[in-house]
Order: sequence, then C-alpha cells, then structure tokens
Amino acid sequence: MEPLNVYASRLITKKEYFTPGHRACQGCAEALAVRLVAKALGKNVVVASATGCMEIVSSPLPFTNWEVPWIHVAFENAAAVASGAEAGTKALIRKGKLTDKGTVFLGMGGDGATSDIGLQALSGAFERGHNFLYVCYDNEAYMNTGIQRSSATPFGAATTTSPAGKLTSGQITWKKNMPEIAVAHNIPYVATACSSYPFDLIKKVEKAARIQGPAYVHILSICPTGWRLPPDKAIWIGRLAVETGVFPLYEVEHGKYRLTLDVGELRPVKEYLKPQGRFRHLTDELVEDIQKRVREEYNKLKIKTTL
Amino acid sequence: MGERVGIEVSLAASEAIKMANVDVVAAYPITPQTHIVEHLSQLVADGELDAEFIPVESEHSAMSVCCGSSAVGARTFTCTSSQGLALMNEIVFIAASLRLPIVMLLANRSLSGPLSIWNDHSDVMSIRDCGWIQVFAENGQEVFDHVLFAFRVAEDAKVSLPVIVNIDGFVLTHMIEPLEFWDEDTVKKYLPDFKPVNQLHPDKPITMGAFGMPIIFTEAKKAQDEALIKSKTEILKAWKELGDLVGRYYQPVETNHLEGADTVFLTMGSIGETVSLAVNELRSRGKAVGQVKLRLWRPFPFEELREAVKGVKRIIVIDRAISFGGPGGPVASEIRAALYKERTMPAITNFICGLAGRDVTPDDYIKMYEKTEKMTKKKVREEDYIIYGVRE
Repeated sequence: MEPLNVYASRLITKKEYFTPGHRACQGCAEALAVRLVAKALGKNVVVASATGCMEIVSSPLPFTNWEVPWIHVAFENAAAVASGAEAGTKALIRKGKLTDKGTVFLGMGGDGATSDIGLQALSGAFERGHNFLYVCYDNEAYMNTGIQRSSATPFGAATTTSPAGKLTSGQITWKKNMPEIAVAHNIPYVATACSSYPFDLIKKVEKAARIQGPAYVHILSICPTGWRLPPDKAIWIGRLAVETGVFPLYEVEHGKYRLTLDVGELRPVKEYLKPQGRFRHLTDELVEDIQKRVREEYNKLKIKTTL
Repeated sequence: MGERVGIEVSLAASEAIKMANVDVVAAYPITPQTHIVEHLSQLVADGELDAEFIPVESEHSAMSVCCGSSAVGARTFTCTSSQGLALMNEIVFIAASLRLPIVMLLANRSLSGPLSIWNDHSDVMSIRDCGWIQVFAENGQEVFDHVLFAFRVAEDAKVSLPVIVNIDGFVLTHMIEPLEFWDEDTVKKYLPDFKPVNQLHPDKPITMGAFGMPIIFTEAKKAQDEALIKSKTEILKAWKELGDLVGRYYQPVETNHLEGADTVFLTMGSIGETVSLAVNELRSRGKAVGQVKLRLWRPFPFEELREAVKGVKRIIVIDRAISFGGPGGPVASEIRAALYKERTMPAITNFICGLAGRDVTPDDYIKMYEKTEKMTKKKVREEDYIIYGVRE
C-alpha cells in the first residue's frame, strides 16, 4: 500500500465519466463510488441504471452527468435492461452489424433496487449467464424517497419506516446478505467494496469487467444524510465499517473466497455505531448483540477464506 | 408471390418473425402465447433464426430486456397475454416514452379474476393509453402480414414507436389456416434493415430515460402524443406498400356491406368474421345492415371512422371488455367520444359479449340486431351498455 499513498492521485485517470455538477448531497459517498466505478470502466461501457438517488441526481432532462451511454428504464429492472443491451449487442456483432469492441455492460442500483424490488430481475440475469457486471450501491435504506428501511438496513438502524420508538429500537431484522445471494448463483465473480478504499474498489471493478460472465460488486456507500452523520465524516465512517468487521472487504472468484484487506484485530463495533445518529438510541445491550453478530459473521467469512 | 400453406397461426407468426430476421426475442411463457415462443426458440435452436432468445424469469423482465436490446439497436420482439401484459405494464408505458421500436404480439386473453385462459380484450384495454401503436388482426393471414408491417412501421425513423399486434387467443393463435407466406425478396423490399434513431453505443454516448421535472414533463408528453398521432401517415404508407407488394390492402377502418346501411356493427379482432356472417344473413332478409371494423386502435382513426359511418343511423358496438362502473365497453365509449361532435350523431348500442372465450355465434349477433331494432322502434331510452348472454 505504501507506494500507493504517495502516487495515489497519479494512479487514477483524471478523466471523469460521471461528471461534476450532479445534484447529490454534500459528502455523498455513493456519488463517489459511482465516480470511481465509472473511472475504472472507462468509456467503453453501456450503463443501465435503476431509479434512485444516482439516477435522479445525474439525469434531470435536458442535462446529464454521463459521458458514457446510459439508460434508465425503471426501478426494479436495471439487471434485465443491462442483460438486454448485452444480448442485443451480442446478436448485432454476430450478424456483422456491429464491430466487437469488448464493451462492458453495467447494471447499477441502490440496495432497494438490488436486494428488494430488483432481486428477481438480477437473479434472472445471473442465472442466464449474461456477460455483464452489476454494481449495488448500498447506502442501507431507501434514501431517495426519504430514508425508509430496506432489507439492507442494518439491525438497530432508525429509518423513517423503522423508527426508534417506545417499543422498538429501529430496524428489527438483520441485514440481508446480498453478496452471499450473488455467490449462491455460482457466478464467476463477487466482491464487496467501499469508496473509502478507492484502489481496492477500482481493482475489483476492473477485474469484474474483465471476467467472462456475470459479476457482482457490492459497494457500501455511506449516506451522511440518511445515516445522520456530518458530511465530512463519510470516508472515515466507511473505514470504520471495514475495520470493525461490519463490512469486510473480500472477493469470491470462481467460488474461492479471499479477504482483500485483512484488518487483523477488529475494532469494537461501538466505534462505528456511536458517531451515527441512526444508531444513537441503541442501548449497551443492543450494541453488544450487534458486536456478537458481527464477530460471528466475520468468523464465518474467515473460515470460508481458508477453504 | 410466396407459397400458400396450411399452418397454425402461432407458427405462421413465428415464421414471419424469422423472416423479419429479428435480433432478440425476450419472452416468458403464458397461455395462449406459448406456441409462438416455443416455435421461435426451436427456430433459434435449429439455427434457422440467428437471434438471441432470452428466456426471462418474468414478463416484467421480458419488456425490460426488450428495452435494453432495442436501445442498443437490435431488432426486438416479445409476445405475451393477459396477466403477462399486466405484469409488464409499467415497462410497456416506458418503452413508448423511450421511443423504442419494439414489436409485441399480444395473444388477447381475459384478465383474472376469476382466472381464465380464454379470449377477450380486457388485457389490451388495460393498456389503452400506453403510447404504443396498436392494431388488430382478424385472421391468420393478417397476423402474418402485420408482423412484418409492425417492424416496418415501428422502426421507421419518422415513427420510432413500439407496436402491438393484437391476435385473439386460441381463436386465432391456435387455429390452422391456409395462408400465404411472403417470399424473401418481398420481405427485403418491404422491411429495410433497422437503423436506430438513437442508439446506446460507446462511440456516441447518449443519455436515455432521463427524469423530467415539472418544467419539462408536459412538453415531453406533448411530443410523445404528437409522435403517435403523426405515425398514422407512415402507417398508411406501410399498408399501401404492403398492398402493392402482396395484394392485400389494409385500412385503419374497414367496411363491409355499407351500401345504404342504416345500422352497422362495429367490431375489432377476429369476431369481425363471425359478424360478417350475421350481416350477410340480415342482408338476405332485407335489412339494411353493414359492418365497420376497427383495425387501427392507436392512433385512433377519427377521420376514417367519421367517414365510414356517415349517414348511418345506428351503430351496434361490440365490446370484449368491461369498464367496471364506467360508461360500458371501452370501444363504445371511444366511438361515442369520436362521433360526439358530428352534426348527426348515430345512436349507439353497446353489447359486451364473448368474455373469456364465451362463444358468440352469428345467431347471437342477429339477436343483438333484433333487440336493437325493437328498442329503436319503441324509442326507449336504452341502457348505456348491455352485457349479452348472461345466464340467469
């Protein structure tokens, strides 16, 4: 990592494919993730986006922040649209109507568009084996509509539809494990990433794009607005998510698990939860429950990496 | 001209799609559309059709895949029915506003519930305002011709809109009929290669499906409405050229026995042929009865309809769907609206019949005529609509 720290800015292309001037909130680490993914993929790409924050902030007619071909159709179908674009291009190349430029087909959506409403379309596209990449920008709730809970909202987080009340303490279910669902489809590449670790993220997206067949990258995308966090703390909290083991960085290539960043001894989960307003109602007891769960999940993952 | 063969209409439709050299077929199985997609997948499996056959996990994804593939410039086809159409409903509307020239065969079947696999028009009526060009076929030959017509019109740079060809489930899809195939030269002459107006390609990046703030939404919708209205010019041209090539001239509104008719039946789809038998019989009994058939449902052929029913005193509109708690059958309400401004507006009787494949015979239509005649004579103020043949 040392040389990267010195030459960091020189290692990433200056060219922006997701351009400045979009309407994302201050400190939006999802917009940063989109920007890094776009840089990693370059210009030879076709993007199919789900409805959501990233679609709304980047495409108010007649403006666009996309320097690459981009289509938005609806909320739950980005994977299906991307698979259609891939299939159409494949047919046109085979029939001599287009030249093969090795274009990458990217489907993208938030956690709601991916793990809730779009799960079926994504599963279908994985199963059919399209040569495409799907990136989930997971900010752990329906942020675009005003911070409602999704199946990716972590246990205990207060959202507008999983509020902390007299009887409940925020989200009462544990976060759906979307990367594992992707792995269960036996696709050649699955990875987790976070924009707090830009080089790791870019490397994984590049690899996912190179691999033949479906690939899935799940990016933890810190949302200061929804997580009740100062905008300048987004990158820092992303690092804590990884260092506490809440969101481990790993990849699964042809079924083989590998931690791409082994953080060694995990920091207490409390350090990650405390700064976030969405967890501020949690009792020490609940924090302990979360700590227990995080450790268990992390250990399970570590065992998989030794297989 | 091509050869004349006896073939199931679904298979004939698939053969027409093959002749159109379609690039992508995305479909999910639903009765009574299945024979079409089964045959298409066989054609692909046998290497007779060079296309990507995408066996999607739902109709919602079928239409979504179609949007993606049409957007990259591939000739794209799908096919569904009833619940399938209802499930893809959301994307059907978006496909039109994205101006993607997808072609869909809709094997018309009633919407649940109760669950039914049989034919009526409740499925297509639920998407009346989706922005697609919508035509109805009456027999197998028309289905074959209209598959090629649909691609031709949809992909016309001046149109660039998706097209639905309605074919009655079972009554058409599963019927074996003698029909004339086109030869390859004729297809080539009629249907040029697809040259998309807008295309998702890295060489020329564009943004499709941007979101519309209130300041621009109305203008976008106005433009879409104008595009659909204007598409009629190319529709007429495409029908004329089709006629010149294969000798079958289609019209937005077609007529039968209109000479001196004071009463006409108005129909859409395959029941047109049954009604024509009733009209022949009534004519032989000396009744001044004719028939008007709507082939083009969207854009609605106002002028042609007004011209066709000029001088007609009464129209018996046959509907195959109900607008619950509304003004009757959807076709009848459109006819009433279309003729409302006419100086001498014909009286309109609306029968709703043939729901979920219930047989309606020529005798039934004669009974409807007689009932109408009686009401006219008695000068009773009639009901807005009559659901015909309800067993009591």
